Amino acid sequence: MSNALELREVEKSFGSVIALQGVSVEAETNAVTCILGDNGAGKSTLIKILSGVHKPSKGTYLLEGKEVTFESPRNALDNGIATVFQDLATIPLMSIWRNFFIGNEMIKGWGPLSRLDVKRMKSITKEQLLEMGIDLRDPNQPIGTLSGGERQAVAIARAVYFGAKVLILDEPTSALGVRQSGIVLKYVLAAKERGVAVIFITHNPDHAMLVGDRFYLLNRGRLIHRWERENVSGDDLRKAMAGGKELEALTNEIESSRKLR
Amino acid sequence: MSNTATDERVKSASIVTRIFRRPEVGALLGAIGIFILFTSTDTTGNFANLGGISGWTDIAAPIGIVAIAVSLLMIAGEFDLSSGVMVGTTGLIIGMSVQELGMNIWLAIFLALIFAAGVGFINGYVVVKTKLPSFIVTLATFFILKGANMALTMMLTGAVRVTGTDKAPGFEDAFNIFASRIQIGDSYFQISVLWWIALTILATWVLTRTRFGNWIFAAGGDANAARNAGVKVDRTKITLFVITSLASALVGIMFVLRLQGMQAGQGVGQEFYYIIAAAVGGTLLTGGAGSAIGASIGAVIMGMAYIGIPFSLWNSDWTSTFLGLILFSAVMINTFISRRAKGGK
Repeated sequence: MSNALELREVEKSFGSVIALQGVSVEAETNAVTCILGDNGAGKSTLIKILSGVHKPSKGTYLLEGKEVTFESPRNALDNGIATVFQDLATIPLMSIWRNFFIGNEMIKGWGPLSRLDVKRMKSITKEQLLEMGIDLRDPNQPIGTLSGGERQAVAIARAVYFGAKVLILDEPTSALGVRQSGIVLKYVLAAKERGVAVIFITHNPDHAMLVGDRFYLLNRGRLIHRWERENVSGDDLRKAMAGGKELEALTNEIESSRKLR
Repeated sequence: MSNTATDERVKSASIVTRIFRRPEVGALLGAIGIFILFTSTDTTGNFANLGGISGWTDIAAPIGIVAIAVSLLMIAGEFDLSSGVMVGTTGLIIGMSVQELGMNIWLAIFLALIFAAGVGFINGYVVVKTKLPSFIVTLATFFILKGANMALTMMLTGAVRVTGTDKAPGFEDAFNIFASRIQIGDSYFQISVLWWIALTILATWVLTRTRFGNWIFAAGGDANAARNAGVKVDRTKITLFVITSLASALVGIMFVLRLQGMQAGQGVGQEFYYIIAAAVGGTLLTGGAGSAIGASIGAVIMGMAYIGIPFSLWNSDWTSTFLGLILFSAVMINTFISRRAKGGK
């Protein structure tokens, strides 16, 4: 397996605040790389660097082994790095097929008569969503009528269809219920199976464990752990995220207070 | 994948839901209701015949032409309060070029269009660069132009109106294209009605069937998400400001030719009629949804009110009150219908 995307010793500082330090990430094609971290760990900064919003202060960003610098998210997108942001993925009042092709509309005709190829876009939307396991009878319905999980799924299917080599998912399950999260996780795996390097950013170790092939733990701006799927359990992830001993102490405390009743 | 989910997400939309999802349905029902109302209260017996229709379409056409453009702009999430005064400004530019300089009418029309496009561009450029609300930016443009219309007209002509546009070289041809009448039966329809219908069709096609139209909805629906997807939001908005100014200019051209002159205060206050027509037609004031046909139906409702009220021998001082009530109920009904159609409560 080869690294689709790699960060080497990346640092990002805002004025005197160091948000990220010595961060090295390797994300492979056909794999889900999870980046775990609690609130304030530096996840948002990392996403913004990966998606081209920020440039790293130090360190290198490699795409398929070549060093790159992105000026904007659009620039990153043109290079095959698609980011599905938590809230900014879709336009609620527009239909599903219009959302699917927004910014990449299919055109037929020539000159002043060039127009949207509505029929083709509708059928491709339906077909692509079906391939990801989403069955929509009516691609005309406004995307705002779909549930949060389904909207994430449409955004993922869109990124995959438009040739994303790397797909960055920003907390796709954080606002969702158990069932909806399950649906999204299924699409994460579907995207991976279609040959995409998925970077899954989350604070939920259980969701990470369900789909991940490699796990990083981000804490206070540093990557403090790296595991491969073969040698880690869900328990390890959960403990590491909660800070190991801290969780043990907390568990003991709660248990003893329960016994007193 | 075999485990394709077929549960709550695949609720298919019935034909009724699909029809009511169209933004202009509320306006169409309203227009039919108002037509029936005035046909029954009409004391002249002329409201529903060709003569009556030529009367209210004559009022509706100039409102509709600008309201279509205003509607597109509102779908993209912006307002243009200078769209009314621009009718007067462009008419005065043509009138003065002819009266003071003896200019050929076509050259004067060309100048007016260039000026309108320039102001539209400035409106749009300032809005997207400063990120100030377009409401404020175009309110400023409105007052600047309103003052200039009055001051420059007084300064150059010594009166509050320009006259004698019909003496310009080329007037006949321009009049035939922009201000003549067409006989149907024993009634005369203004040619502006043809322009209006053609522009409604064109705008509808652009809005629903072109990339530019897709970007209009995207820019107004969620500018950030649109930008992330590669939509050129700023360019789309600036273009729409230019189009709106040009629509006002077209109406200015029609008026100055038809009246063979122009009052310095012409058009002021009309901007609200355009916004009302667009809103009655189902265009959201917050952007992201609406239609050109809706704006045109809104204009029809206004035309019917202006003719229907005096035909019913009601006091026409109440026309604005009537339009206010129409606006209020239309917006309520539109909101209700679109919420129901989208499956909410």
